[in-house]
Amino acid sequence: MTTLTEQLPAPAPAAGSARPVRRRRLVPYWLLLPGILWLLVFFAAPLVYQASTSVQTGSLEDGFRVTWHFATYWDALNQYYPQFLRSVGYAAIATVLCLGLGYPLAYLIAFRAGRWRHLLMILVIAPFFTSFLIRTLAWKTILSDGGPVVRTMDRLHILGLTDALGVTEGHRLLATPLAVVCGLTYNFLPFMILPLYTSLERIDGRLHEAASDLYARPLTIFRKVTLPLSMPGVVAGTLLTFIPAAGDYINAELLGSPDQKMIGNVIQSQFLRVLDYPTAAALSFILMAAILAMVTVYIRRSGTEELV
Amino acid sequence: MRLFTWVRRHLVVFAGLLTLGYLLLPNVIVTVFSFNKPNGRFNYQWQRFSTDAWTHPCDVADLCGSLSLSLRIAVWATLGATVLGTLIAFALARYRFSGRSSAGTLIFLPMAMPEVVMAASLATLFLNMGVSFGFWTILIAHITFCLSFVVTAVKARVMSMDPRLEQAAQDLYATPAQTFWRITLPIAAPGIAAGALLSFALSFDDFVITNFNAGSTVTFPMFVWGAAQRGTPVQINVIGTAMFAVAVLCVLAGQLVGRRQKNRRRS
Repeated sequence: MTTLTEQLPAPAPAAGSARPVRRRRLVPYWLLLPGILWLLVFFAAPLVYQASTSVQTGSLEDGFRVTWHFATYWDALNQYYPQFLRSVGYAAIATVLCLGLGYPLAYLIAFRAGRWRHLLMILVIAPFFTSFLIRTLAWKTILSDGGPVVRTMDRLHILGLTDALGVTEGHRLLATPLAVVCGLTYNFLPFMILPLYTSLERIDGRLHEAASDLYARPLTIFRKVTLPLSMPGVVAGTLLTFIPAAGDYINAELLGSPDQKMIGNVIQSQFLRVLDYPTAAALSFILMAAILAMVTVYIRRSGTEELV
Repeated sequence: MRLFTWVRRHLVVFAGLLTLGYLLLPNVIVTVFSFNKPNGRFNYQWQRFSTDAWTHPCDVADLCGSLSLSLRIAVWATLGATVLGTLIAFALARYRFSGRSSAGTLIFLPMAMPEVVMAASLATLFLNMGVSFGFWTILIAHITFCLSFVVTAVKARVMSMDPRLEQAAQDLYATPAQTFWRITLPIAAPGIAAGALLSFALSFDDFVITNFNAGSTVTFPMFVWGAAQRGTPVQINVIGTAMFAVAVLCVLAGQLVGRRQKNRRRS
C-alpha cells in the first residue's frame, strides 16, 4: 500500500539523455538497494524468525526447537482472549473519543483560526517535544486520589455514575478502565488531528459559500459538504490512532491496574520477564493478523482504497 | 437570545479549545511539578516550591548518562535513516520499474504494524543470532522504524516538484551532477529536513522498540520507565520542561526568520 500521490504520472525523463538506456534502467534499483536490503534483513527476516519461533517448543535451558507445535496459538488465544478483547475495545473507544475531540480542533484550525492558525498548529505538535512517558506520568498527578479532578467529579456525582457503569471503581480514577482509555486518547490524539487538519484544509471555502447561498443550514453544510470531503482524513486518522492504541502497553501499565492489562502488556511480559518466546511470538502474530484483517475490512467498507 | 446565537455560532471554537486544553494540560503539570519538592520518592503530589532540581539537573544517578546516550542514538539513527530513506524516496518518486509496488508495501508495513510486534520480532532475530543487546541493537532498531517515515516525507516533496525546472537546467547545459546539486537537492531539502527531524524526534522518544532491544542499556525513556516503578526524581520534569521550551523556541525562531526573509524578498 502506498500513498495518494502514487497515481500522478511520473515526470518524463529528460529528452536527449546521452546515457545508455540499460544503465538508466538500473538506476532505481541501485537507489533502492541499501534501504530495501536493510528492511529485508531487519524487518522482513525478523517476522520470518518470529513465525518459526511461534511453532517451537523447548525451554530456556535446553533451547527451543521447531516442532510445528501450533497448539501454542490455541493455548495463547484461550488463555489471553480477555486481554485481546480488551485491547480492541479500549483502542476502539479511544479512537472514537479522539475523533470526537479532534474533529472540532482540526475544524477550528482549518476554518476559524485566521492568523492564529500557525500558533495553534505549533501548540498541537508541541506536546510531542516532551517525552510521552513523562506526559503520561503527569496524568497520574491529574487523576490522583483526592486531587481536584476526582474531588470535582465526586461532588458532581459523576464518579458514582461511572462506578455504577463499571468504568471506575471505589470512587477513584487511577487504576480504572477510564484512566487507561483517557491516557490512550490523550497519547494518540495528535495522530488524529493532523490528518484531519490536512484534509479539512484542502476543502475550498467557496463550497461552503455555495452551500449557504443555496440556503443550506450550517448543520446541513457540515453533513453534506464538509464531512464527506474530510473522509480521507477521518480514515487515515482512525487508522493512525487505532493501530498503535491496540498494541500499546504503556498506558495500561502506568495508569491501570492488573485488571486493565492489554495484549501488549502480555506480549511484553512473556518476552522480557517470563522469557516464553513461543507464546510471545504467537501472540504478536495473532495481534498483527487481527489488526491487518480489521484494517483491510475497514478500508474496503469506507471505500477509500485509493488512500493507501 | 443574542447570547445564545453567539454561543451556538462559536460552539466549535469552544470545543476545539477544550481539546487543546486536554492536549496541553499534562505539559503544564510537568512544568509546574519541575518546581516541586516532594516528600518521598514519587513526584505526584504538590508539596512546596523549590528550584533545587533546576539548579542540580544531573544529581540523579544515570539520568544525564541516559540522556546523552539517547541523544547519540538519535543523531546516528537520524543520519542512517535519512540517507537510506532519501535514496528510496528518489527511486520511488522518479522512476517506474518492476517491483515498485512491492517495494512500496515493504516500506508501508512497518508503519502499519503495532510497535510491539516489530519490537518483539527484531528482538527474536537478535536472540537467534546470538547478538548481545546494547547500543548497536538499539541503533539498528531505530533506523529500521525511522526509515519508512523518512521515505514518506521525502517522497511527498519530490513528487510535488516541477520536473520542468530540471529540464530547464539541462537545456542550459548543466551536467546531470550539476542539475542534481544545484536544482534537485535544494528543492527536495525541506522534505529531507522534515524526515530527519521526524526521525530524531521518534528515535529520541522511542520506548517500546528500545524496551525489547536494549538489554541492560538505559536510554532516557527507559530511565523514565524505570523511575515510574522505583520513584520519579523531579529532574525528569526539569528535562521534560527544558526539551519542550527549547523545541518551541526553535520553532518560533524558525518562523520569525522565515517571515523576515519573506519581507526582505518583498521589499
